Amino acid sequence: MIEAIDAARSASEARIAAASTVDELRALDTELLGKKSALADVKAGLGKLATVEEKKAAGQAVNEAMAAVRSALDARIALIARAERDVQLAAEALDLTEHFVAPGRGRPHIVTQAWQRLEDVFVGLGFQVAEGPEVETDWYNFEALNMPPSHPARSMHDTFYVDHGSTGSTVLRTHTSPVQIRVMQTVKPPIYMIMPGRVFRNETTDATHLAVFHQIEGLVIDKGITLADLAGTIDAFTKAFFGEGFGSRLRPSYFPFTEPSAEFDIRTPDGSWLELGGCGMVHPNVLRAGGLDPEEWSGFAFGFGIDRMAKERHGVGDVREMYTNDIRFIEQF
Amino acid sequence: MKIVHSWLLDLAKSLPDDVDAIAETLSDIGLACESVDRVGATVAGVITARVIKTERHPDAAKVHRVFLDCGDGTEHHVWCGAFNMQPGDIIPWATPGTTMPDGRAIETKPIVGISSEGMCCSARELGLGDDHGGILILDPSTPVGVPYGKALGLAEEVVYDLDVLRNRPDAYGHVGVARDLAARFGVPFSASDGSIKATGALKSAPVEIVAADRCPRFTTIVLSGVRVTQSPDWMASRLAAAGMRSINNVVDVSNYVMLETNQPNHAYDFERLGGGGFRIRLAREGETMITLDDVERTLTAEDLLICDLDDRPIGLAGIMGGQNTEISDDTTVIALETAWFEPLGIMKSVQRTGLRSEASARFERGMDPYGIDASVSRFIELLRLTCPELVVHEGAVDARTDHLPKPAIIEVRPSRVGALLGAQFSAQEIVSLIAPLGFVGALHGDTISVTVPTWRPDCTLEVDIIEEVARHYGYSRLGATVPKSTQPGGLSPVQQRRRRVRDVVLGLGVSEAMPHPFLTDGDLDRAGLSNVAVRLLNPLAVGDDVLRTSLRPGLLKAIAFNESHRRPGVSLFEVGHVYPPSDDVLPAEHEVLAVVLAGREAPAAVAVWRELATTMGWGARLDQSVVASGLHPTRSATLSAGRDVVGLVGEVHPDVLDAYGISQRVAVLEVNLSLLLATEPKVAQWKPTSRFPSSDIDLAFTVPTSVTAEKVEKSLRQNAGALLVDIVLFDVYRTDASAESRSLAFRLRLQANDRTLTDSDVADIRNKCINGAAKLGAQLR
Repeated sequence: MIEAIDAARSASEARIAAASTVDELRALDTELLGKKSALADVKAGLGKLATVEEKKAAGQAVNEAMAAVRSALDARIALIARAERDVQLAAEALDLTEHFVAPGRGRPHIVTQAWQRLEDVFVGLGFQVAEGPEVETDWYNFEALNMPPSHPARSMHDTFYVDHGSTGSTVLRTHTSPVQIRVMQTVKPPIYMIMPGRVFRNETTDATHLAVFHQIEGLVIDKGITLADLAGTIDAFTKAFFGEGFGSRLRPSYFPFTEPSAEFDIRTPDGSWLELGGCGMVHPNVLRAGGLDPEEWSGFAFGFGIDRMAKERHGVGDVREMYTNDIRFIEQF
Repeated sequence: MKIVHSWLLDLAKSLPDDVDAIAETLSDIGLACESVDRVGATVAGVITARVIKTERHPDAAKVHRVFLDCGDGTEHHVWCGAFNMQPGDIIPWATPGTTMPDGRAIETKPIVGISSEGMCCSARELGLGDDHGGILILDPSTPVGVPYGKALGLAEEVVYDLDVLRNRPDAYGHVGVARDLAARFGVPFSASDGSIKATGALKSAPVEIVAADRCPRFTTIVLSGVRVTQSPDWMASRLAAAGMRSINNVVDVSNYVMLETNQPNHAYDFERLGGGGFRIRLAREGETMITLDDVERTLTAEDLLICDLDDRPIGLAGIMGGQNTEISDDTTVIALETAWFEPLGIMKSVQRTGLRSEASARFERGMDPYGIDASVSRFIELLRLTCPELVVHEGAVDARTDHLPKPAIIEVRPSRVGALLGAQFSAQEIVSLIAPLGFVGALHGDTISVTVPTWRPDCTLEVDIIEEVARHYGYSRLGATVPKSTQPGGLSPVQQRRRRVRDVVLGLGVSEAMPHPFLTDGDLDRAGLSNVAVRLLNPLAVGDDVLRTSLRPGLLKAIAFNESHRRPGVSLFEVGHVYPPSDDVLPAEHEVLAVVLAGREAPAAVAVWRELATTMGWGARLDQSVVASGLHPTRSATLSAGRDVVGLVGEVHPDVLDAYGISQRVAVLEVNLSLLLATEPKVAQWKPTSRFPSSDIDLAFTVPTSVTAEKVEKSLRQNAGALLVDIVLFDVYRTDASAESRSLAFRLRLQANDRTLTDSDVADIRNKCINGAAKLGAQLR
């Protein structure tokens, strides 16, 4: 009996060792350990043995044999599976530098990028964003901003007049400032707003000037707003937008819609100064035009160009390049 | 505005003689100094030399030999191409080793084998003017062998180029700038007191003001004993530094006084003045006069004229004099006119005539109506330097009308100063700060009555005085605080949605373009669009006057440009405004998103729309029965939501592509963002995901061309009912383009929330779907 068990075990182990695929081995599982296997036959014949001792010894031997076959089978399966996976992995090798240019994301215009970066910085400083029409009435663009029809400062603006309504009543806005008035008319102070947008000047374009360009304007109106608040806000913006190493200063200037008025300059980390924009305390006449009492409310406004931010950031030599819509330009950013 | 350093120091003697400090302070007090230039600098190495003799050489036709004596006992030889000198003339000689202002290095070099030591110089070569007609011949008494600058008494002048703003007309004169600087540096400044001592017999140039509102003040004084000659070198040099040419002593004094006091004036030849006096009146419509620049001007009834008493025009008031009474070399008696004109009238005349002058630039900004006396007194003082025999006649005329502005008085509250500047000032501090600027403050209880100096017409309100306080205290000393915003910062819902729209489109591989918002009629025609549009009245270029009604022309132009630069197949979008006409106060301006996909067909644009619609929660019908102009008639649709047309989708018309020279198809999508972004999209609500298995049904139909896929899909949806969880069109098959039907294959996924579907459930739905589709003419394949 024991001899038969050992023979069946040896034969099974030999079959297992000879098998070379996982599929063969799975088939052997049934053949060598299933109900019709040689070892199963032996196990079934145990009852015919004479003595309890014989039964016990043979039973133990057959169980050990079956366990040994099972273990050999599992080990062989694991080995072959690993080898097969290794072959598969080797066959699947890819050169990841074989790179076909696939259509990726589109590129936002660099002016939009600058515009959104500015919005995000001001949002972080507690500002909301307001917008207004690009075609404006003379009243919003000039008169409400303390520039009545004969005001000499109007000659500072090269205005595009629009053939709409009575002659001279409609213009392409020369600045984003008319949005200030629209905001004052519709929003109850406190107002902490920025107003980005497209503006128009009737002047010949060159490497640094465009007839159609973009400005961002800020307006703060609250109780007790001071010129020192303006200086502090400009400085906070400068550091948030350009970096901690930058500084700012205000220099007296003149705009009809602010009094006192100032230019603001940015100090770069190398110590040089860059003129950035204009600002000042909102003129009492402008507050009145917006329906606010200058004795109750005070505020400041500031503004500067967005295109220049994009131009300087990316080192574009000529602002006109930004508007060629040449895909070779757009894709660079 | 050119302001000369030495001139400022003449007016305020204790100012620091430190160019950097002055330049920086100028900017700090709002007189932005754009640049600091040094003019009249002499060229080192150029010395005076006497011409001994000149000789021609047979082998050199264009030059001659000049022999020079520079006092070193050696005869120097120079080849020279100018022939205007004689033996004995003193000329400037650039010695070898000199570097000329234009960068040329002067060396010893030979012509026809004879070496040339250096170069004889023209005025222009030395930066002394425009004269390049010959070598500069100096005064015969000039010593030889000395630097020419020293011999000529040339002084190097430092000039500040100031960007003087509209509100500071006074800073067009050296006096105004010096006064501001002196105030900031805390040093004394004293202007001329304007006293005039008349010693001559009574000789008057009477004045008759007809246009009282346009000419509120006109003064005359007669001066005799005038001798027209050259100006002293220092005056010529300062005028040159300030950008004016020296002409003769009378004209120079006139200009010098204007540059100093800011007050323009005009000297007439008294003997040639008809009737010996002046009448100031409006021109008659069409009246003509010849101005000093030798141009005949046709005037309108709004131009102001200075006439003589024979009513002959002798000057366009405040702008330019006439030829007929110009000072000549023989003039000995002059009538000096110094006046104040109403600024707006001058500005309008300047705009109308296009004629500008130093005087008009000042008058239109607003002069000091009471600065005339000081300028007349200064004129006399300076003219006497070259005309020692000058006689000031009794009978000066000072004609004024009721329109002459009076000094303004403004009430200033110190509390308001602090409230606006963020730094507190006492009443006394305010008075002291602005006093050196000429503002006289008197305390009245809690307020200060400030009398505004008449040279500061810009100051009319309390805030104007507050600005003066800030300006002279120094903006940088006011501190910097950040106001506390009580509202949260953020983008509005519309702005957030717009950013998402951009993000979706960018994610689909479309890049952003920014075409020009102005079009021409030709652009609209080319794009197949109506030319009903709002126009610009004054475009930059003729015809470039259409405010766009569509973003398409600009984007098509961009596609054509890129195609012609070997980049076909670009995908571009723009988010921008269009400005269609309207009967309202303003055009019907609104925001549009336009997407153009070069080399793609209509379904690509529909796919962009579907992606946007899904992400943004937008809904619209594709209506192929209505196609916008300029689009492919059988491959385009209008997007409608309710009664609103929210956009269009499809392909650009081949005619339009031909007109643009585009050789690829262009898929296009345009949507009205102003409409679509205004509504809050519905927030997606959770639907439980079934735990039971789903079943799929694939149905392929032969569908007549006249029945849209959308209709079939809608019918399938209705018939599949509540158990339908998904439906997709996964195949379209046409035998050929002209076939009257095509095959559409749909996959429907069915699933119940509470059970596993049985075969009969699925079979029932399948039959209902097939029967429903059959009613549309769709036959199961």
